[in-house]
Amino acid sequence: MKSLKSPSDLEKLRKDILAKKDPKRLAIAACVSTGCQALGAQKVLEAFDEEIKKQGLEGKVEIKETGCLGFCEKGPRIVIYPEEIYYFQVKASDVPEIVSKTLINNEIVERLLYTDTVTGKKARYLSEVPFYKYQNRLLLESNRKLDPKKIEDYLAIGGYAALAKALFQMTPEDVMNEVKDSNLRGRGGGGFPTYRKWESTRNAPGEPKYVIVNCDEGDPGAFMNRALMEGNPHSILEGLIIGAYAIGSHEGFIYVRQEYPLAIENMETAIKQAEQIGLLGEDILGSGFDFKVKIHRGAGAFVSGESSALMTAIEGKVGEPRPKYVHTSEKGVWDKPSTLNNVETWANIPLIINKGAEWFASIGTAGSKGTKIFALAGKVNNTGLVEVPFGISLRDIIYKIGGGIRNGKEFKGVQTGGPSGGVIPKQHLDSPVDFDELTKLGSMMGSGGMIVMDEDTCMVELARYFVNFLCDESCGKCTPCREGLKQANKILNGIVSGKGTEEDIKKLEKIAEVTSVASLCALGKTSANPLLTTLRYFKNEYDAHIKEKRCPALACKELISYYIDPEKCKACMICHRNCPADAIIGEKMKIHVIDQSKCTKCGTCYDMCPPRFGAVKKVSGEPVPSPIPEEERLIKRAKKEKRD
Amino acid sequence: MYEDRIDQIIDKYETEKGILIQLLLDIQHEFNWIPKEAIKRISERLKIPYSQIFRVASFYTALSLKPIGRHLVRVCLGTACYVRGAPRILDSVENKLGIKSGETTSDGKFSLETVNCLGCCALGPVIEIDGKYFGKLNSAKLEKILSSCN
Repeated sequence: MKSLKSPSDLEKLRKDILAKKDPKRLAIAACVSTGCQALGAQKVLEAFDEEIKKQGLEGKVEIKETGCLGFCEKGPRIVIYPEEIYYFQVKASDVPEIVSKTLINNEIVERLLYTDTVTGKKARYLSEVPFYKYQNRLLLESNRKLDPKKIEDYLAIGGYAALAKALFQMTPEDVMNEVKDSNLRGRGGGGFPTYRKWESTRNAPGEPKYVIVNCDEGDPGAFMNRALMEGNPHSILEGLIIGAYAIGSHEGFIYVRQEYPLAIENMETAIKQAEQIGLLGEDILGSGFDFKVKIHRGAGAFVSGESSALMTAIEGKVGEPRPKYVHTSEKGVWDKPSTLNNVETWANIPLIINKGAEWFASIGTAGSKGTKIFALAGKVNNTGLVEVPFGISLRDIIYKIGGGIRNGKEFKGVQTGGPSGGVIPKQHLDSPVDFDELTKLGSMMGSGGMIVMDEDTCMVELARYFVNFLCDESCGKCTPCREGLKQANKILNGIVSGKGTEEDIKKLEKIAEVTSVASLCALGKTSANPLLTTLRYFKNEYDAHIKEKRCPALACKELISYYIDPEKCKACMICHRNCPADAIIGEKMKIHVIDQSKCTKCGTCYDMCPPRFGAVKKVSGEPVPSPIPEEERLIKRAKKEKRD
Repeated sequence: MYEDRIDQIIDKYETEKGILIQLLLDIQHEFNWIPKEAIKRISERLKIPYSQIFRVASFYTALSLKPIGRHLVRVCLGTACYVRGAPRILDSVENKLGIKSGETTSDGKFSLETVNCLGCCALGPVIEIDGKYFGKLNSAKLEKILSSCN
């Protein structure tokens, strides 16, 4: 492809690409994002390659590799065009049948279609799958249509039209106004108005100015940025170039954590391709506007996702935050004005420019416009990426889209906002999801992690988990965060191991107050949220741990014991064989017993006992029932029948 | 033994500003750890104090100042994996390999690390071995995966 010198060159190229595409051509599109790869997508693709040759379809079927479609729970997922048939949980062994039936004879392989968990109906089209039905996929939708390694695919769906529009039909001020009117707020966590950040960098003295994409995504439980960057890197790049044009920046950075190698690879390819055809570099599309961009790999530090810390990391130093009385938008990378936005924020820009601020602002709630991608994970049936308009209720996300709680268990809480967020309990399930509502509940939007917890998750242990996480990740620069978290961690460790005292709660509240007020950066200031929300909504669990030395969720190792229910044990030896501590006494036809003095409470027996027996039990706050006398442990047929 | 390769890596960047972390990541990738010689060489060539490079190398979790085994096992302890039983997976890996997180087996075959999130949250619990991801793990699967490493 030759370099494009004008918007009409771009349109001509687009036409050429579209002319070459045959909408009736047989094609298989498979998701090859990290998630589906972990489930064996690569093997499925290899099987297709082989099988297509074997069954004489070579050259007649196009195999496309696409990004994440969101429904990771049911991966690997493939789509067959032109009919758009969606198959879920495809294994390499299913491939010969798919090729002979669907590709050659146009028949459907029923068992690979999505089955509705409630009605039992098979879903022929994507729109019939409840997981997708209730979403509004403005950003993620494109992932299924394109191969992220091919700029042609992005151009075919209208890519870079927004850039051409911005450069040739709009002044930088027009772009600024459009973003202002859209009310777009930063998707990285804080929800700061994007326009204000841009304006501050634009007006700040000092050259050069920098624009930066934040794909540090350090929040455990969030992976929407990864999916966007792996699946549609050009949309982020296009947004970034438009932003740079509005702000007056000619140099940008894309900061990606090194844990996301595929995102880095796809973004590198995207940059090269955009440079080759004149969409990046000097004199973009003949507009006279220059812009270059570099990828910076993050070396793994949670705090580096914070804006000032990220910018120090870009300078090649230890990624520590600094006080914010001077904004990074005025003095950021090498003390130059720098605008940092999250991946998702940048990806929204081309949409706003193409469809207009009014359209964008019509989606969402009064204070939060547009859609937000959430990473729905944990104990919910349908895990994956969910893109919904702001204002949808937590209940709709978890029950309508997420399909409710796994294994028929009871919902206990949903954790939003990562380690800086909090746990929202059942009574607030009908709250609308937007920046301000979540903050009111004591949690926050964060980058969009949403982890659902059921009755088996202990809230004290969860608070301990987050405090421990933050304790590890605290850079140690300021005392309230470094020391406060360490003390809170110590106290919580005491409570979960049954050594808590009644004063502990007061101490925790005091520590939380100080770290929230006196810490230097957002990591420290919000570090108390998981602690405070669990104290606010699940105080009874803290009380049970402290006063009764009991873990109501039966999760805290030190406070539970395992035993085998003699009524249910079938003496099958499975637990006995798998116990790593040799703590299970038993033989064939003889009911097993756990030797409490040897038991390390690893839970292997609990996991291994076949669910139809369910003989391994947990107790907390009460003694283990004493084992039945030796002579009664022998299982006799007659006795068993009698019992039944 | 490392000098030539270290020089080649430095040559790729030399004129650029702020490349220390990128350089160290490349060296980590090449050797699986950051040897002392590398820090010394970077210090000489880039005129950055040894102590400053050491500070960066010890701050970031992706950089290791100790040699790492032939297979690097990373157990994800992100929240989503955590609530789906990641601590038990970690226990099992530790039991099977006979090492704790942050250690390497005496035969130099395995190193074990925990990570905060691999971004495969919908598939928890997840582990990564030598860049390959394995999702929806349980003890039986884990056993198979570990024994397939040689």
